Parts: sequence; C-alpha cells; structure tokens
Amino acid sequence: MASLDVIQAIILTLITASTPLLIAAVGELVAERAGVLNLGVEGMMIVGAVSGFAATLQTGNPYIGILAAILAGVLLSILFGFLTLSLVTNQVATGLSLTLLGLGLAGMLGSSFVGTPGVKLQKLDIPFLSDIPFIGPILFGQDILVYVSFALVALVAYVLFRTRIGLIVRAVGENHTSAHALGYSVIRVRYLAVMFGGGCAGLAGGYLSLAYTSLWVEDMTAGRGWIALALVVFSSWLPGRLLLGAYLFGAVGILQIHVQAAGWPIPSQFLSSLPYLATIVVLVVISRNRAVARTNTPACLGQPFVPDR
Amino acid sequence: MRKILGIAAAALALGLGASASLAADKLKIGFIYVGPVGDHGWTYQHNEGRLAIEKKFGDKVETSFVENVSEGPDAERAIERLAREGHDLIFTTSFGFMNPTIKVAKKFPKVKFEHATGYKRAKNVSTYSSRFYEGRYVLGEIAGKMSKTNTIGYIASFPIPEVVRGINAFMLGAQSVNPDMKVKVIWVNSWFDPGKEADAAKALIDQGADIITQHTDSPAPLQVAEERGVYAFGQASDMIKFAPKAQLTAIIDNWNDYYVARTKAVLDGNWASEDVWGGFKDDMVDMAAYTNLPEDVAAAAKDTAAKIESGELHPFKGPIFKQDGTQVIGEGESLDDGTLLGMNWYVKGIDGQLPQ
Repeated sequence: MASLDVIQAIILTLITASTPLLIAAVGELVAERAGVLNLGVEGMMIVGAVSGFAATLQTGNPYIGILAAILAGVLLSILFGFLTLSLVTNQVATGLSLTLLGLGLAGMLGSSFVGTPGVKLQKLDIPFLSDIPFIGPILFGQDILVYVSFALVALVAYVLFRTRIGLIVRAVGENHTSAHALGYSVIRVRYLAVMFGGGCAGLAGGYLSLAYTSLWVEDMTAGRGWIALALVVFSSWLPGRLLLGAYLFGAVGILQIHVQAAGWPIPSQFLSSLPYLATIVVLVVISRNRAVARTNTPACLGQPFVPDR
Repeated sequence: MRKILGIAAAALALGLGASASLAADKLKIGFIYVGPVGDHGWTYQHNEGRLAIEKKFGDKVETSFVENVSEGPDAERAIERLAREGHDLIFTTSFGFMNPTIKVAKKFPKVKFEHATGYKRAKNVSTYSSRFYEGRYVLGEIAGKMSKTNTIGYIASFPIPEVVRGINAFMLGAQSVNPDMKVKVIWVNSWFDPGKEADAAKALIDQGADIITQHTDSPAPLQVAEERGVYAFGQASDMIKFAPKAQLTAIIDNWNDYYVARTKAVLDGNWASEDVWGGFKDDMVDMAAYTNLPEDVAAAAKDTAAKIESGELHPFKGPIFKQDGTQVIGEGESLDDGTLLGMNWYVKGIDGQLPQ
C-alpha cells in the first residue's frame, strides 16, 4: 500500500485537514498574545462557514464567499470585544456564550441553504511547477487558502517578534498596566487582536464549507474550533510550533483513516482518539519544563483591563 | 331590538361553541426529533413524514415538533411537555428516547406513543423501525457489478448491530454477483461530521475503492466521489443533487406511509400497540431512481428489490459464514429477526476486524 501515490494522497488530504485548524488557531494565538482568551472560536467558525457558503451561492464566486466568511467572523468578534473589553464581562463565560450564539445563529441563517450543493473553491495550479512529479501537486497545486494559511503564520511570526507592533501586542498581553502607563491603548490593541482572531476563525469556517467540502450543514465545524484552541496552548503561543501542531493533528487524523482502510487490526475507537492523545502527550512534554511554559504564557491572559480615569 | 341582540348573541355563542368543539376534534400529533429538521438525513425524513400527515388529513390534525432534543434528561421533559399540552399521538424518533418515552407513557395512559428503533413496548407505546438492510443488499449487488477494482469503500459510523447488519447485507449482495468482492470499512465514530466523512471517502478511493457507500448522514462522501470520478450511493435521502454523475441510487427512509397509517388508526379508533419492522414490502424503505447505470444492471437491481419485496429473496439467506469460517446458517434457511437485531460479527470476505 505504501506506494508513492498513496503517500502523495495522504499528504494532500493531510494538508486539507490541517489548514482550517491552522488558520483558526493562528488568529486565536494573536488574540491570546494580546491577553484576551476567546473561547468562541467554534461559534465564529460556524458563522463564517454559513456566511461564506451563502455569499458564494448568491454570487457564484467563492472568493466573495471568503470575504464574507472573514467579515462574519470579524463582526462576531467585535460583539465579543464589546462585551469583554468595553463592558468588562468575564471572558470565559462570554466566549462560551459566543460559541452557543454562533451555533444557533448559523443554524438559523443557514436553514434555507441546507441540502443545496455549493460552489467549490478550485485548486490554484501554479503553471509548470504543479506538473513536477510527486511534490508538484503537493506544493504548487493547492487552493489559495492553503498558501494563505502559510503566509498568515509567517506574517504573524514576523510581526509578533520582529516589529514594534508585535512588541506592543505582546506587552499588552504580558502586563496591561505597564503598557497602559507607557501610553498604549490597551483596549484598542485588544480590540484589533480580537478582530484579527475573529477574521481568521471566520476564514477557517469558510474553508470548511468552500474547500474542505462544498456544502453547508448544521454543526459542520464538529469541534474543530475547540481543537484550534487547544493547539494554541499546545504551541505555547509560538507560531512555528502552531504550524507543527496543526499538521501533527491533521496527520494523525488522516493516517488513522488510511490505517483503517488498509485493514490493520487496530480498534477504530482507539485510532479516532489518537489526535487527542497526541495533543495530551505533547502538552505534557511541553509543560514538563515549567519555566518555558510560564515565560510563553501571556501573563495577563484572560484578565480584564479597566483603565484608571 | 333586544330580541335581535339576543339572537345575535346566541348565534355568536353557537358559532364560538361550534368552533371550539371543532378545535377539540382536531387530533394533536407531536414529534420529538434528535437533530435539526435541516440535517438532510435522519430527522429530515421524519419531518417529511409529519408533513405527509398534514397533507393527508388537513384540518383534522394539528402537528407540532421539537427539534434538537438531546438523548439525555431533556428528552423526558420534552416528551412530557407534549403530553401535557394535549397531544394525542406522540412520535419519538431516536433510539435514545426509548426509556423516557416509556416513563412518560406510564404517566399519560390515554396518550399514544410511537417510538422509532427501540425494543421496549407498553399498552400505549408502539415501536417501529425499517429494514434498511434490504436496500443495502440491492446496493451491494449493484456495486458488485459496477466495480472494476473489485473494491468497495464503506464509511461506517458506530459498530452497533444496525450498522454491522448493513455492512453484511451489502457484502452478501455484492458476493451474490461477484465472489471476489472486497469491502474496506472505515469507522469514523460519528453520525455526522462532513469533514471526516470526506476524508474517509478520499482515503478509500486512494486505496483503490471505486465505489463508495456510507452509513453516516452527510452528503460529503458523495461530493468527493463526484469530484474523483467514482460511483457512490446516497444515504437516508435522495442525494442526487450533490452528485449527479456519481450517485447510482440511494436508500430512502420513508416514514410517510407509516405515519399516515398510524394517524388514521387513531382517527378511526383502532390504534393498538404494535411492533413494526418494515422494509420494501411496507414501503418504509424506498430506492431512489437508478441513474448512471447500464440498463441491465438497473433491471437486475429492480428485480432483486422486487424479489425481496415479495419475500422470494431474503438478504440473509443461507448458507452464511462468519469471517472466521464458522457457518451461521445452512442452505435453504434465512436468519431470524432476533439474530439480525443482535448482529455483531462480519460475514466471510470482509477484511479487517469489527471493533468490539
């Protein structure tokens, strides 16, 4: 079974399975680096999925769908920002309600689109390069969002650790009182970070309904938002590790399916739990070194900020 | 003047009384759904049944439903609410509603209950289910004729008898025309996860399956089949619009006739607690149009379905061997319902192990 074709097929499906996790997680990473814990990723994703699907269906253009998905995620995250940043509600509770709201809202908005075949985002073959045997289709024959996901990770890594803006974001997440004393608007920075996270979550949802599958059904995110949240912790808030984690998670998920299809005598329930087991193992390994874990965790994560007036 | 007013008042009272008694005459029918009506699968088909009742009986009935009822403690509350609101007939449409249904039925002896896919009955609780395996046998036969790689990909949800029975029936159907048939099974451990179902379909095709069938609820595997240029079967509903070139046919859960019949029984006053496990014969399992098939394959499939319907052919007719070679039943006999309902083994020829 381990012919080149099968290996190539595994890698291709692995990329599709990992991309939405990566996109959603990298957005949440930025929000958390700014000190905001938004547990509403799943809710923003599902609203992104339905909005992207609906807009694509209306216009026939999946790229407009992508924009709609991002916009929907951003709008929902502004609501989250307003509640937690302006009204200082509890971030955990608000995030959870955002997920519930998102699931309900998406179900309502999408009720008329259920069972309608959608338009699929086409692969973007790069001429000549995608014809290279084996690696061509893998590296140069993906849909645009796969490239976007890599660009996003690189961009976030660069901005967070190599620019002044990144320094401010991290300062706000690390010690909001000091950042405020230095004259930075903690609330504004957090709003923007939360909106970035929302946009990414919406885009990840759009990926599910436009590229992963081309249909809209209720609950189609199926917990991927929660996995994205876990990946952020898994990565100890570092974009490079996040890329690794998302692909590890995607790989384990896809491999277990191939192992089953190949008929290896391993219980399927065990195989299905492998991605989660892998997450736990890596979390344990990472947190064994407490000092590292602590330095990377934004110190003000989840803490509300009320500026003195 | 006073007289006229009196007459008017009397007429009014009469009118009101008449309409009130009309309302009381309406048979109130309630449904408890486990999923959203828009799932395009299990719950969708049950709701079609509800609409069929409304269409058939019009003003004589009034139906209502509660969707997305989880199979935990909420179910009992939801069922009891419908009973309290004066529903005369209540359909609870998922296996997990069995115990709550029995419990509420005890409290409301005058209300009639119908529970789908369960095995506990009472004087006012009927059970009903469908012999989907009859349809799967036909799918298997088609697959056996259409496959060029002799390999079929089967996307399965959970290793419960219902699903195992489907895999076995499918395999027996395939073997009846093609003894070399292989089935690759992937358990996704979910009824509904379009992404995972799509991944499973891709993996099966990558490993050589050229026909995909599923016992999960989303149309995602069909879309993958359409994209990759292989064939597939629809599940629970006709899914042709998702895969106009790939779908060969689909098993359709048809509750409409049963629901209409049971409603009629209540209206006629002869409803009694029963256990119905219906198949082709009772129109509870239908096949979607046979498309993308050569004429002779479609004709053979129709013929097989007709033979199953008439009772001439039983999908689980002997001789049947288990995977390890032990014989379950000999020539000339067929498996009884009890064995079918508790099936936890693969028939001979299926690769891989059944998760226990």
